[in-house]
Amino acid sequence: MPTVLTINGAERTIDAPGDTPLLWVLRDELSLTGTKFGCGVAACGACTVMIDGEAVRSCQIGLADVWGPVTTIEGLGTVEAPHPLQRAWIRHQVAQCGYCQSGQIMQAADLLARNSDPDDAQIDEAMAGNLCRCGTYGRIRTAIHDAAAQMRGESQ
Amino acid sequence: MSRIGKIARRTFLIGSAAIVGGVAFGVWKVRQPVPNPLPDSGSLNAFLVIDQRGVTVVTGRAEMGQGAQTTLAALLAEELDIDWPQVRLEHGPASEAYYNAALFEGAIGGADYALRDWQRGVGSALGEVGKLLGTQITGGSTSLRDGFDRLRLAGASAREALKRAAAVRLNTTPDTLRTVGGAVISRDGTRIPYADLAEAAARIEAPQVAPRDPSTWRLLGRELPRPDMPAKVTGTATYGVDVRLPGMKFASVRMNPRLGGTMLSHDPAPALAIEGVERVLDLGDGVAVVARNTWAAMRGVEAVEVDWGPAPYPADTNAFYTRIAQAFGDSPNSTMRDDGDAAGTEATIEAEYRLPYLAHATMEPMTATALFTGEALDLWAPNQTPLVQLKAAAKASGLDEDAVTVHTTFLGGGFGRRLESDYSALAVRVAVQMPGIPVQVTWSREEDITHDTYRPGVIARLRGAVQDGRAVLFDAQVAGEGLMAQAGARMMGLPIAGPDRALVEGLFDQPYAIPHYRVRGHTADVGVPVGFWRSVGSSHNGFVHEGFIDELAHAAGRDPLAFRLDLVRPESAVAAGVLEAVREMSGWDTPKAPGTGRGVALVWSFGTPVAEVVEVVDAGGTIRIARGWIACDVGTALDPGILRAQMEGGMLFGLSAAVHQEITFADGRVEQRNFPDFDAMRMHSAPRLETRILTANPHMGGAGEPGVPPAAPALANALFDLTGVRARELPLWRQFRLVM
Repeated sequence: MPTVLTINGAERTIDAPGDTPLLWVLRDELSLTGTKFGCGVAACGACTVMIDGEAVRSCQIGLADVWGPVTTIEGLGTVEAPHPLQRAWIRHQVAQCGYCQSGQIMQAADLLARNSDPDDAQIDEAMAGNLCRCGTYGRIRTAIHDAAAQMRGESQ
Repeated sequence: MSRIGKIARRTFLIGSAAIVGGVAFGVWKVRQPVPNPLPDSGSLNAFLVIDQRGVTVVTGRAEMGQGAQTTLAALLAEELDIDWPQVRLEHGPASEAYYNAALFEGAIGGADYALRDWQRGVGSALGEVGKLLGTQITGGSTSLRDGFDRLRLAGASAREALKRAAAVRLNTTPDTLRTVGGAVISRDGTRIPYADLAEAAARIEAPQVAPRDPSTWRLLGRELPRPDMPAKVTGTATYGVDVRLPGMKFASVRMNPRLGGTMLSHDPAPALAIEGVERVLDLGDGVAVVARNTWAAMRGVEAVEVDWGPAPYPADTNAFYTRIAQAFGDSPNSTMRDDGDAAGTEATIEAEYRLPYLAHATMEPMTATALFTGEALDLWAPNQTPLVQLKAAAKASGLDEDAVTVHTTFLGGGFGRRLESDYSALAVRVAVQMPGIPVQVTWSREEDITHDTYRPGVIARLRGAVQDGRAVLFDAQVAGEGLMAQAGARMMGLPIAGPDRALVEGLFDQPYAIPHYRVRGHTADVGVPVGFWRSVGSSHNGFVHEGFIDELAHAAGRDPLAFRLDLVRPESAVAAGVLEAVREMSGWDTPKAPGTGRGVALVWSFGTPVAEVVEVVDAGGTIRIARGWIACDVGTALDPGILRAQMEGGMLFGLSAAVHQEITFADGRVEQRNFPDFDAMRMHSAPRLETRILTANPHMGGAGEPGVPPAAPALANALFDLTGVRARELPLWRQFRLVM
């Protein structure tokens, strides 16, 4: 029985078992490969997407359990029209290997949706579940502060 | 497909002969330029493509986060006079044209800090042997040291060829022309874009010109925006797992967890019952499941019932270390430092250090994609060694090497793991069972952690003595699996005989003036697969050396940083410089707040001395790693932003291992399976870092690895300062309550 999801604003029909994790639906059924597989057990955050505006680990959510519209990194912004977080990530040259950064950015988007001016401790707490083996944490923190300021309408 | 694979007709490859810096050692054979692997060329330059879309720099080096492609491109762009935003990057094909000449520079005996120029020359000549061995390797922190002359000369030569082509067209002489922003400009202001000159320039014999003086650099020495950044923050960069081909199937593998063992029997039926599973393939030493998506494939391999054969090594970690300890009874494999009379000097302090096996745990698990047609094979692999992949793919498919094409994608981390080719060979073994159908093989995280080529575990035994506040004896023995023999045989089919430098680097080659100073290596034959882990031997020996130096400082009743400076200054002003820098940056000589501890370590590795200070804070019974300071001396700082990222990332990589990580075995199987039991620094547990880049080193040093080795000892020394407890084993969570 096909499932219909709204992904990045578009309706998509997926004919896959209902227990297939959203991560693999996105990556392998829909070729939306910006969302990454890192661990499969919600321990690294590389697969973070938003459902109904809330950051979730897509490796843990079955297709049948998706409760609202899905936003992935591809839906947040593009190279031509980046989201303020993506602009800040570029401005501060955050990524090294870059593999974890889709998840980092989606987690940060969730944080800024709830808190328009987080302090360092709030950022650290919100981002603690997102692993980066290259060690980009310092620049991630700076970029979140910067993006938050831009989104509040303050210039740097 | 890479753009190089489908270059349009109006694309021309231009530039210089293959140019190798350094002295004229070596025979004619290695001086002959290697063929340019790029298509449609008829020229010799493998690094540069100019077409109507712009300028593409082909580096032949992997982008695994370290940013080498960016700075290599900047070297060429500096000479070619193109605007930075015009530059595109490509990895390029597997080819001997991209041999790594710097890789073997350190392969001769001495410590880097003490190498004489003639010794470096011999090392460079050895490096040219790399061309014959086909060492297209991204590793050893060598990319910029290797590319510094080559890419600048390629850019300069191409610029002059373009000017000559323009001079013919304008009926003038090249000296009347200048180059700006990707165009040749004449005195009367006529502007001819490079793209319009490329065809003619490609037919001109490449002029040999010297690169520009560093005082005129516009791009080098600055923090440049990385061309890979926009793709990486919008989810559009293609890593190995992101390759998508028409009709592609997804697969996963489950190999014998007793590494190198066989499969006695298996029952595929439970896997075939899973919706989405299409095939179960018998690989002899494991199984592959092919499915409609990776999830079904991963569930499938778990469902196969398997009876595994025994491991070709001892059953558990204790037995490994028993065998390693036995190696101390053998005559040493190397004695790479033997100053004074260590054997005849009485020791007043003795200690034993022990370090664990480690997995690489790249963020992107092992993966590769293959398409086998019966006559040809295409392999898409995130890898650090395209020619090693090529050979492995040819062997696994039974095809000739020239029937194999390797496509190198972005790497979701490398750390040395992707020097190996096991993941490519497995993908090829699956693909040959399904001709005409592309298949992507992705390992589960569990498969990745339990099927690595591990950083070898080691035991080190030390004897030391101090006199009048100075170290007079440092006598070290280290025992562990011989990495070079094992990895050399596996990767190149060439067991590397003789002294195993990897076992003793970071220990024998440190810039300390100690009158009786001896380092011996004892290779043990455990049989567990071991490999190159970011900073290799220095990753364990840095901890051993700098832990024991700290013990000697304590025994002498001295401040550990001042104690080091007294020993280092007579040996290396450059190394003393980085110690002085962290002393100032960290406020080392100022009083500490109550409940804080500070530790320092200095390790010279991959051509770069790095000093690090760690400050720990007792937060009510739990210890927080609060701050870190890094000073490095790379000689020439080509991109300070990328360098800082490498140093800080290296320090966090070292701290992650020091705090969290160990690989242990039981029943021949690795016990750790995923990030919950093989974790790393997180944002909340990572210290705030500050980095200073010095440029007093007369030789350019590496960047990717040297930040790693001082991290663990600086932390352990800080914990000793705070608690009085000396850590001689890792990981530290076993001994200390740390914020994790």
